Amino acid sequence: MRKKIGVYVCHCGVNISATVDIEKVCKLASGLPGVAAAKDYTYLCSDPGQELIKKDIKELGLEKVVIAACSPRMHEQTFRGTCEEAELNPYCLEMANIREQCSWVHKEKDKATRKAAALISASVAKASLLEPLSEKEVDVIPKALVIGGGISGIQSSLDIADAGFGVYLVEKDPSIGGHMAQLDKTFPTLDCSACILTPKMVDVYRHPNIELLTYCEVISVDGFIGNFKVKVRKKPRYVNINKCNGCGACAEACLLKGRIASEFEAGMGKRGAIYVPFPQAVPLVYTIDSEKCLFLRKGKCGKSPACKAACGPEAIDFEQKEEIIELEIGTIVVATGFDVFPAKEKPEYGYDAYSNVITGLEFERLSSASGPTFGKIKIGGKEPEDVVFIQCVGSRDKELGNEYCSRVCCMYTAKQAHLVREKLPNANITVFYIDVRAFGKGFEEFYDRVKKEGIIYRRGNASEVYRRGEKLIVRAEDTLLGEALEVETDLVVLSTGLVQRDVGELKNALRLSQSSDRFFLEAHPKLRPMDTATAGVYLAGCCQGPKDIPDSVAQASGAAAKAIVPLATGKVKIDPIISFVDENICRGCGICITTCPYDAIELKEITRDGYPVEVAFVNDVLCKGCGACVASCLSGAIQQRSFTDEQILSQITALGVE
Amino acid sequence: MSENFEPNIVAFLCNWCSYAGADLAGTARISYPPNVKVIRVMCSGRMNPSFVINALQQGADGVLISGCHPGECHYMEGNYIARRRFTLIKKLMEYIGIEPERFRVSWVSASEGEKFKNVIAEVTEDIRKIGQMKQLKREV
Repeated sequence: MRKKIGVYVCHCGVNISATVDIEKVCKLASGLPGVAAAKDYTYLCSDPGQELIKKDIKELGLEKVVIAACSPRMHEQTFRGTCEEAELNPYCLEMANIREQCSWVHKEKDKATRKAAALISASVAKASLLEPLSEKEVDVIPKALVIGGGISGIQSSLDIADAGFGVYLVEKDPSIGGHMAQLDKTFPTLDCSACILTPKMVDVYRHPNIELLTYCEVISVDGFIGNFKVKVRKKPRYVNINKCNGCGACAEACLLKGRIASEFEAGMGKRGAIYVPFPQAVPLVYTIDSEKCLFLRKGKCGKSPACKAACGPEAIDFEQKEEIIELEIGTIVVATGFDVFPAKEKPEYGYDAYSNVITGLEFERLSSASGPTFGKIKIGGKEPEDVVFIQCVGSRDKELGNEYCSRVCCMYTAKQAHLVREKLPNANITVFYIDVRAFGKGFEEFYDRVKKEGIIYRRGNASEVYRRGEKLIVRAEDTLLGEALEVETDLVVLSTGLVQRDVGELKNALRLSQSSDRFFLEAHPKLRPMDTATAGVYLAGCCQGPKDIPDSVAQASGAAAKAIVPLATGKVKIDPIISFVDENICRGCGICITTCPYDAIELKEITRDGYPVEVAFVNDVLCKGCGACVASCLSGAIQQRSFTDEQILSQITALGVE
Repeated sequence: MSENFEPNIVAFLCNWCSYAGADLAGTARISYPPNVKVIRVMCSGRMNPSFVINALQQGADGVLISGCHPGECHYMEGNYIARRRFTLIKKLMEYIGIEPERFRVSWVSASEGEKFKNVIAEVTEDIRKIGQMKQLKREV
């Protein structure tokens, strides 16, 4: 056997060498069939480490390289690059994961060493059968799709559009703005949320590179990085957006005016069946709520629909139908945001039972100058004398399965307590907390300021809220004093946390995974926080995990930068680890065609031994390299590159003999 | 059977969920028995039933296959295809007289490092109880 395989074992400092006997492993590796050299180095991923490999490739004429180190998910790309620099095909590399799946999880050195040796021998066996592969390049459609029009989606859209690329911004609601538009002030600077957000919303609307698709939903995503085909459902607004001038005469005329709970006001205010969510909505066009509108529901609204009669520009169109549009997209930013934790899942706090128990978001509307009370803190028409805030509602709660911290509640509670103090100087304000996490820029200083404003912080989670006479009683334990206590109050604000929202089929359409907190999983928690497992799909904002506004904006700009790279380079490489057919063996039965989830295989006619026969043919661009067809093939004619039957069987054999 | 029998188990993990879950267990230093050795495949749908039988022939005492949770496959439906095949493998094993418990399937997502540990610990104990695989083993 030709000895053309180089094996390199990494110490990773002591990460591997503390548990795996490197010397022993190297010695065993050097005796494996085909191995020309087996060497170790403290950090193979370092420059000198890579130089060592490159030098050997050239001097020993290595044809295959085996790296025994960390997970291929960590450094496969690095070492492929090393091979390429030494003019060795990057796909002639195989990694043995002796760190994440060996030294870090085992304690006994002899057993870990044996396992590492087995993993290396399997990698060597596979490496000897690897073949050089070439990467195909395809053109990238120079347009991005941003899903979600909250602050994250807005920021990503503006950044991509400013870089000179087209952006489709898809928002499911009638207006962009998201949760940020609902907030009164932002912590810790007390900026007016709408004042800093609405100019950005207008920028999106006016940007020549952004096509805004509001009241729309992404229903399917096909294709791959650079060439996604996306279907978007345009929900009928029953208002012609080109004619509507946003005057509001229709809403004034609507028979249901002021009778439907407004989503934007978090249920604290009312709207009609034809509405704009809020006065600064972008686009400022009206929408008819088809589930509420009398005419759409019952076919009858007085003598004739009042809105239609009131509309000067004749924008109202009850004949409007749902439309499906198809977009061609290069890269996708997911910015679908979050939902507020449903407070009724903590029944002990009486959110459903008492109207003076409200959520943090409802408080924002109450406190907002544009809200239903014009910024006056009033409940049932009365100003509260006592206000209690309960933190961590729906966060850090194992029973609910929400073990995580929602990261914004401590600070928004401090801000809301401050706003109550500002508006009701004599109110008694108590905050129940588990821990106060004031970690961001200016947060600790703000928390300190709020504490000095006569706001009582009591450490301990409230256990119950109930009514006694006119007052609500909050029962809790002060864990610093070690005593149970009851606080009388007129208003309870639950600092509800953030939860992942149900995005329906979108999750599967984009092949997104979720972490245990149900937020979307990033490709790497430290180094690839915006990437997903799907190439060309990036995450921005709270869909990846709870974030405050600055963090959302930062991640959105990061995701935009990531999404711009393929658009700017104009080309993407297609992973060559895909299926291929041995036309001499294939008998054209077509089972692989029915197995393929991507319709990447079809039959084509060839001439074999002078006769026309049909054989399977794999479309390189459509094939994603799952290998399902390979396992279905009855004759072994279809194989997956770098994962052929022969290669996998060689690994099995190596691990079997151990 | 010897008291010190240490089962040799071959695991096939899909790249996107279970292999990542195994890496996560590593990053979090969640320790588990060293009996299971992993072969990475891109998708559990790549699993040819013959790999399972082959592993048992080559000297493995048990085989584990782990992929994304049903409905969460990176390749849309690879794990559904795999699941159908696994049912057949179990039946085949019963038919040829090998304990079907030697073959185990689990679904571990990229965020389930703890679950991965549990699966490994369980499968190791289960195979340890069943004992060495002798029926198919090729004599060298």
